[in-house]
Amino acid sequence: MNTTIVAQLQRQFQDYIISLYQQGFLDNQFSELRKLQDEGTPDFVSEVVSLFFDDCAKLINNMSKSLERPENVDFKQVDSGVHQLKGSSSSVGARMVKNVCISFKECCDVQNREGCLRCLQQVDYEYKMLKTKLQDLFKLEQQILQAGGTIPQVDIN
Amino acid sequence: MATKYTGDIEKTKSADMKKKLNVLIVDDDPLNLKIHERIIKMIGGISQTAKNGEEAVILHRNGGTSFDLILMDKEMPERDGVSTTKKLREMKVTSLIVGVTSLADHEEERRAFMEAGLNHCLAKPLTEAKIIPLINHLFDA
Repeated sequence: MNTTIVAQLQRQFQDYIISLYQQGFLDNQFSELRKLQDEGTPDFVSEVVSLFFDDCAKLINNMSKSLERPENVDFKQVDSGVHQLKGSSSSVGARMVKNVCISFKECCDVQNREGCLRCLQQVDYEYKMLKTKLQDLFKLEQQILQAGGTIPQVDIN
Repeated sequence: MATKYTGDIEKTKSADMKKKLNVLIVDDDPLNLKIHERIIKMIGGISQTAKNGEEAVILHRNGGTSFDLILMDKEMPERDGVSTTKKLREMKVTSLIVGVTSLADHEEERRAFMEAGLNHCLAKPLTEAKIIPLINHLFDA
């Protein structure tokens, strides 16, 4: 094990994850998820976020269909999708996605189709951005482990 | 006799016998099921899952099923959390039932859910920090 390389990678990991919190991509719930991962379940967080991203893709697709025709928008269906997305984004600590869902719900409540479409676009962008960021984070984790190191605990407070 | 723990939860039935906390997690969201199962395992419990309220009722109807604690989601297809809680209480299920909902902050919704027969209600997302004090409190009562 090259301890210098491990230390560099660990430092990179810490800086990167802290930046994700500081830029608002993640909130404390992501830290809670990381606490649930241990040596016996090294893929727990990546499995959970993978479920989340699958949820996002499916819900966004459904909501897009519901919003397609201006004369026939099922706002109840859209609201249901937003509710689910808000719940799952809260569960994984996807702060920006959750925040867009709050605005999205307000647009649903007043049956504002244009507003809903803007929020849909925004939530699609945010989840894809987060997906890329977390994929990079998990790559760093793998590099640390392959170099013989351990994943550092990061205090975000 | 319940014992207070800050970490590993075990329900002490007597000085000579210890039993792992047996939890039924009722939720239609696979993501929540995965997280809640993991939390229960981390605090030393064992869990079983049901994808909706109807599955939870069938589990109890078939007999031979007994849980110390049921974590009940509110919004579910087939049978929601309110209806499931009412049904389980009608079936004389005496497990502690804790409602888990994102609507927990809406007082009216929470009250209706509590009146269905809950022992307590918690807001999502669940964490160890929320679950452990609640379990200690409920089993001490």
